[in-house]
Amino acid sequence: MNKYIHNFLKYRFLLRELVVNDIKIKYRRSVLGILWSVLQPLMMMVVLTMVFSSLFKSNIPNFAVYVLTGRIIWDLYSQSTLSAMNSIVGNASLIKKVYVPKYIFPLSKCISVLVNTCFSLIALMVVVFVTGVKLTPVILLLPLPLLYTFLFASGIGLLISAYAVFFRDLQYLYEVLLTAWMYFTPLFYPMDIIPDTILFIFKANPLYHLLNMFRDIIMFGRVPSPEQHVLCLAIGLVSLGIGFLAFYKRQDRFILYI
Amino acid sequence: MESEYILEVNNISMMFNLSTEKVDNLKEYIIKLIKGKLFFHEFYALDNVSFKVKKGEVFGLVGLNGAGKSTLLKIIAGVLKPTKGEVIVRGSMAPLIELGAGFNLQLSARENIFLNGAVLGYSNQFMRERFNDIVDFSELHEFIDVPIKNYSSGMISRLAFSIATLVNPDILIVDEVLSVGDYKFRAKCENRIKELLMNGTTVLLVSHSSQQIEKLCDRVLWLEKGKVKMIGDTKEVLRQYMNLS
Repeated sequence: MNKYIHNFLKYRFLLRELVVNDIKIKYRRSVLGILWSVLQPLMMMVVLTMVFSSLFKSNIPNFAVYVLTGRIIWDLYSQSTLSAMNSIVGNASLIKKVYVPKYIFPLSKCISVLVNTCFSLIALMVVVFVTGVKLTPVILLLPLPLLYTFLFASGIGLLISAYAVFFRDLQYLYEVLLTAWMYFTPLFYPMDIIPDTILFIFKANPLYHLLNMFRDIIMFGRVPSPEQHVLCLAIGLVSLGIGFLAFYKRQDRFILYI
Repeated sequence: MESEYILEVNNISMMFNLSTEKVDNLKEYIIKLIKGKLFFHEFYALDNVSFKVKKGEVFGLVGLNGAGKSTLLKIIAGVLKPTKGEVIVRGSMAPLIELGAGFNLQLSARENIFLNGAVLGYSNQFMRERFNDIVDFSELHEFIDVPIKNYSSGMISRLAFSIATLVNPDILIVDEVLSVGDYKFRAKCENRIKELLMNGTTVLLVSHSSQQIEKLCDRVLWLEKGKVKMIGDTKEVLRQYMNLS
């Protein structure tokens, strides 16, 4: 164990460099730079709000915040896992030449997305302020659901990045799965339209619980119950545990397939 | 107690599964599984290789193509895990296996110096102290903020060589890289390696140029088809090696 921690500390600079470079490259060539992280979710929210409040006559109070919170959690999860999935194959040239702990690559992708998400929070704050949601000190708890989601996404990211090395077409399957998963996560519809018969599917969806906690804090100023914390933390840690285990079992064979 | 050997390679064997067709996607895997065609053919790239390298030594590796030199270097660098045996490395290592492997083409040379340092496990602080020396040695002052995708291959190898040698590693692994760059830079590289040697760096050198091996190496290992054919004094090994091939 000590050996692993020592190794991680030695390569923490690499992790930092990878994250910083990721963010730099993403925004270097765009005129508005980092502002895109704020603008993009805002514009997305405007579109969704227009579609759903005029076309589908949604009756969710403060739909703008509802949709934006949904998107932030969903994007954090889906973008982390998608970019993590290709990170091992994408860094093949490096992995073939130099020893580096390989989990650094999926992990750095997830951290980059987390940092981007933090920029999106600015957009959320703007909307919260404009739509007149009452701000309470509870908002200080906001990093917690994001952290739990990050743990969950990192675990899944490690898992699928390890499998993607051996099965390149996993990517297409996962994209389909993500689409289905998105519709089974209450991003833009209220939970009360869900019939009781399929409610269990939602209860089994980790993102449902993570999103609930996030919305509780932002929209209702509710302090999440200890049970909620235990559940969400467990989701994150179990996923991370499984991810690391699956990754470690396969990482020595990566080089033969990349 | 400090051992006099900085690198020990003990009974390394490396087996590869040579499948006639590489299966790297789910669809083909399932089709082959159903057809029962998932054969593997075993192949030993390295067979029971052992040697020890002393601190400060220049150790050469020779052998024909396919003898297992690159596989051996990859195992020493920690990239490949051997099927059997173990490698003990006592110190830091900088592999120069293929120049520019740790570079990101989108980034400038300045950023890549720090990135490459981090790949080798060095901190930002550590790299900042050596930054000027690296730029001086590579002679890339004017181009330091240009994204390296606009660099020529010669420029990239100059940068990579500068980084790998100026971090003062305990062990430097050099695989055929001295053959790049113009004659002036090549001479500079050889001088730099000699300088490193004076400071006690150990060098592992793979080259097809027997002149280079003769000029630089203290001892040589001759690999043939994954087995140690001969190991010992440079002149003696080279004489027999050249006679054969």
